[in-house]
Amino acid sequence: MLLIDCPYCGNRPEIEFTYGGQAHIARPTQPADYDDHQWTEFLYLRDNQRGLRAERWRHSHGCGRFFNALRDTTTDRFHGTYKVGEPRP
Amino acid sequence: MAETSLYMRMLPPMSRWILQGGADALSAAARAWPAGLSSEACRARGQGELHALWLGPEEFLLLAPPDHEPRALREALAGMPHSLVDVSHRQVAFEVCGPDCALLLSAACPLDLDAAHFPVGMCTRTVFGKADIVLWRTRADAFHVEVWRSFLPYCTELLAEQVQN
Ligand SMILES: [Zn+2]
Repeated sequence: MLLIDCPYCGNRPEIEFTYGGQAHIARPTQPADYDDHQWTEFLYLRDNQRGLRAERWRHSHGCGRFFNALRDTTTDRFHGTYKVGEPRP
Repeated sequence: MAETSLYMRMLPPMSRWILQGGADALSAAARAWPAGLSSEACRARGQGELHALWLGPEEFLLLAPPDHEPRALREALAGMPHSLVDVSHRQVAFEVCGPDCALLLSAACPLDLDAAHFPVGMCTRTVFGKADIVLWRTRADAFHVEVWRSFLPYCTELLAEQVQN
């Protein structure tokens, strides 16, 4: 079973978690200034890289918290987790 | 649906609240709620029939006898950003007990329920099969399970199936 290290609860089974997409996508501070192209980029365009990637995860059947995780997309191996707001290690 | 058996029994009705708030609200609540609030993750605290179960860093499940009115708690939280929601009728509780209780729950719960990893006093939200539950070890040979009421037949029948196996 794949274990994910929730920053609040510790190692827990993957089935308790929900994937939340690419991490560190900042919301626009002045949304009204965005044109269609910038909105498209913010809403839809993701890096989709192969290898180590920062992602959002939510411990939905646990503490309910969102956090960030470094996961290798080729091996599905988690290389660490950290709280929202903390810099990528 | 087996309501009482050697391995499980329904627990009596209770008052329940979900308390959510930031650090200030939670420290005020910890002083006003007789059982206090655990600052350690996944731990329950209790005094008499009043209990507080840690569900998340800003979320607690409070349990009390029916008709208990948490007046001191409301007063302590007045004016602070928080939410205190009565969920007494949203969920029901049953107890899985006996020497095989951990084994029975393990059939549909992915956590390590060995006493070394899930000791008495530990509590957490998790899953039982496809149902979202709150699991709380109250004794070495008993678990308190909170489940949303519409999932109760699913949980008890799944448990009964494990007993037969
Ligand atoms: Zn967690």
